[in-house]
Amino acid sequence: MSTPILEAEGLVKAWGGVRAVDGVSFSLAPGEMLALIGPNGAGKSTCFNMLNGQVRPDAGRVRLAGQDITGLPPRAVWRLGVGRTFQVTATFGSMSVRENVRLALLSHHRRLLGLWRPASHLHTAEAEALLERVGMAAQADRPCAVLAYGDLKRLELAMALAHAPRLLLMDEPTAGMAPAERGALMQQTAAIAREAGIAVLFTEHDMDVVFGHAQRVLVLERGRLIAGGAPEAVRADPRVRQVYLGGGHF
Amino acid sequence: MEALAVQALNGLASASSLFLVASGLTVIFGVSRIVNFAHGSLYMLGAYLAWTFVSHGPLAELGGFWGFWGGVLLAALAVGALGAVLEMTVLRRIYHAPELFQLLATFALVLVVQDVALLLWGADDKFGPRAPLLRGSVEILGLRFPRYELFLIAVGPVVLGLLWLLFHRTRFGILLRAATQDREMVSALGVDQRLLFTAVFFLGAALAGLGGALQLPREAVTLHMDMAIIVEAFVVVVIGGLGSLPGAFLAALLIGELHAFGILVFPRITLVLVFLVMAVVLVLRPHGLLGRAPGAPPAGEQSPPLPRPLPRGLALAAAGALAGLLLAAPFLGDYPLILLADFAVFILFAASLHFIMGPGGMASFGHAAYFGAGAYAAALLLRHLAAPMEAGLLLAPFAAGLVGLLFGWFCVRLSGVYAAMLTLAFAQIAWSVAFQWVEVTGGDNGILGVWPSEWARGRLAFFYLSVLLCGAGVLLLRRAIFAPFGLALRAQRDSPLRAEAIGIDGFRIRWLAFAYAAAFAGLAGALFAFGKGSVFPTYLGIPRSVDALLMVLLGGVQTVSGPILGAIAYAGLQEQLARLTELWRLLLGLVILALVLFFPRGLAGALAHWHDGRRERRA
Repeated sequence: MSTPILEAEGLVKAWGGVRAVDGVSFSLAPGEMLALIGPNGAGKSTCFNMLNGQVRPDAGRVRLAGQDITGLPPRAVWRLGVGRTFQVTATFGSMSVRENVRLALLSHHRRLLGLWRPASHLHTAEAEALLERVGMAAQADRPCAVLAYGDLKRLELAMALAHAPRLLLMDEPTAGMAPAERGALMQQTAAIAREAGIAVLFTEHDMDVVFGHAQRVLVLERGRLIAGGAPEAVRADPRVRQVYLGGGHF
Repeated sequence: MEALAVQALNGLASASSLFLVASGLTVIFGVSRIVNFAHGSLYMLGAYLAWTFVSHGPLAELGGFWGFWGGVLLAALAVGALGAVLEMTVLRRIYHAPELFQLLATFALVLVVQDVALLLWGADDKFGPRAPLLRGSVEILGLRFPRYELFLIAVGPVVLGLLWLLFHRTRFGILLRAATQDREMVSALGVDQRLLFTAVFFLGAALAGLGGALQLPREAVTLHMDMAIIVEAFVVVVIGGLGSLPGAFLAALLIGELHAFGILVFPRITLVLVFLVMAVVLVLRPHGLLGRAPGAPPAGEQSPPLPRPLPRGLALAAAGALAGLLLAAPFLGDYPLILLADFAVFILFAASLHFIMGPGGMASFGHAAYFGAGAYAAALLLRHLAAPMEAGLLLAPFAAGLVGLLFGWFCVRLSGVYAAMLTLAFAQIAWSVAFQWVEVTGGDNGILGVWPSEWARGRLAFFYLSVLLCGAGVLLLRRAIFAPFGLALRAQRDSPLRAEAIGIDGFRIRWLAFAYAAAFAGLAGALFAFGKGSVFPTYLGIPRSVDALLMVLLGGVQTVSGPILGAIAYAGLQEQLARLTELWRLLLGLVILALVLFFPRGLAGALAHWHDGRRERRA
């Protein structure tokens, strides 16, 4: 097997006295689609935030394609080829959809310090191509403050793709979307990832999305991994059923 | 040794006065989130009213114990009532306005109160009587110490104790603390918020009034009391942590003692010392000694609208007006030319501040530091190296930019009110250096004879030079707003999280923007210096920083042409009012209040709104 694109080794993070993440280790192969699931408060978001440098782990290491990236700030992790979308979308409200993507491209090309040439002349075609890929080309001129939630998620995806990432971290990519839209977005994401050979790690509450798209599933509970493997195996695992079904009371 | 002990007692006495004012400021901020610039004015009014009550009218005739102490208490209550009235008439309307608009409104009150005080009490200083029962002095460690100062030392802790009881042992106080944490929840519980807020302003204003009234036996009552105390009170409140009473007390002690001992050890740099302490505290503890990080901003706060170029019609009209002005200039007299050159300077100054406030989302209360840095750099070069004007104008932006890099490295780490206060602190440090380093800067006398080169000495030539340089400066700033750098600047303002996640280093972008803006402010300052032929410490003073702030806010923070309109409107207004009437501060204050209340988006925002409305009706 080739070097994993992402390796987490013994990650620990405590908030106050609570160990939100308590010794989590896993790895992700290039091009693999891996879901991280677990009930609310299991530590998924904390885990995610340690992977891209937003939160510094108390212990443990994160390696990207063999390179230790523990403790690097998010912007440095991004430079190394990790794109990220957020549970609650974060975009630039004072800009149009195209400008949002343009800015990600400007950062990708390291042209952020330009003081003279109008940004509107730069990377327009590239931005439109990215928007085309996520199905947002028709909305390029809209201010992103007025977008529907699902479209914001798509925009975030386009921005994450601007840097030609090797790995996408998607925190609840379909949260807040209508059920029909969810499947469509994940299918699109999966297609893009397959085409470009991007590995995807995502957290998700919608089990249809998880079992429909993930090649492998990890289950987190109270900060520890309790199961992991192929979707069918995880679905059948009695401990997972216990966590999710609470031993019979739903 | 004995002298040191007495000096420490002196420090405690000033700490008490400072705490009275700062406690009112922090209580008002805690509940209403308004940083009350006019708090110093309330303090001054307390002193004037106490003087009036004690030396005129029935209480004065009564004399003795009640004549004095009755007057002091009555003054405090009167100022409290005034605070309540101000809350009901003005401040209540701006609770939901952006922070800086609130500051603007309260600054307008400062202007109004200054002229009202001048009208009522005249320009000469007032001296109050000694306090009954507390005349004379006691002997401490063989040195004489005034009884009244001993009394003041006790006042601080007593007021702190009473406030603590009020906040922890009464229903009113508990509601206040609840409102500090969550206004919406308190009102959902059926508490009349309006009454609560009015009461808080009464309390805060009365504390300021009491602080002022108690100064009567210590010092002369003057029209400068307001600015002197408000800056110190800001420092105390910020060091202690906004909204924290014990913090304010601690910080008042710290600053009081720092003054007392600073005078002994470093008599030349006491002012610098105070602001340096504040800067260090804020860098180490960004929310003050005992302050907590402010909660999330209130819901419903939207991203600012997209900046856009002026509508074509307005842009053409503006270009036409500029061209007409340039053509007409040779036919204008000296006075209009001087005035127009000043306008050009103010436009560049305002545009440079707008660059960090609008797209950058940072507030600066000390932008004059860079204006002054440019002015002094040019003047010093002329004076000490006999360099020509051209060298001065070339050096000024670099010098100011360097100062911006230095100060900005601290300032851009913080946000909101704290960042504003830190910029204020650095501007005061710069001001103190200019004021106290007499050998180099000439101190209060400034540097004279900073005249332009021969070819630019005529009023017409200097006008063209000013328009050329300021126009170029404004153009560069404008290009930067729409260039990738401007986009990145807006990005870190809109969503720091997302900016970081696409590889943008928010700190670096803000820092560079701060320095870039400082450089243009420096160019404006140098031009201003050559226009006037001199530089003074006032170039770096708070009033000049506030001027720039007012210009930007009047014009509208979120419009690109706002600062231009704002600068013309503000400078023009000030000029016209100063010519028309002695009471220009009063009128200017009222005009600002009207603008804040009726044009919350600024002039350019209102203009764009009107333009859009007309287009929609036509369509």
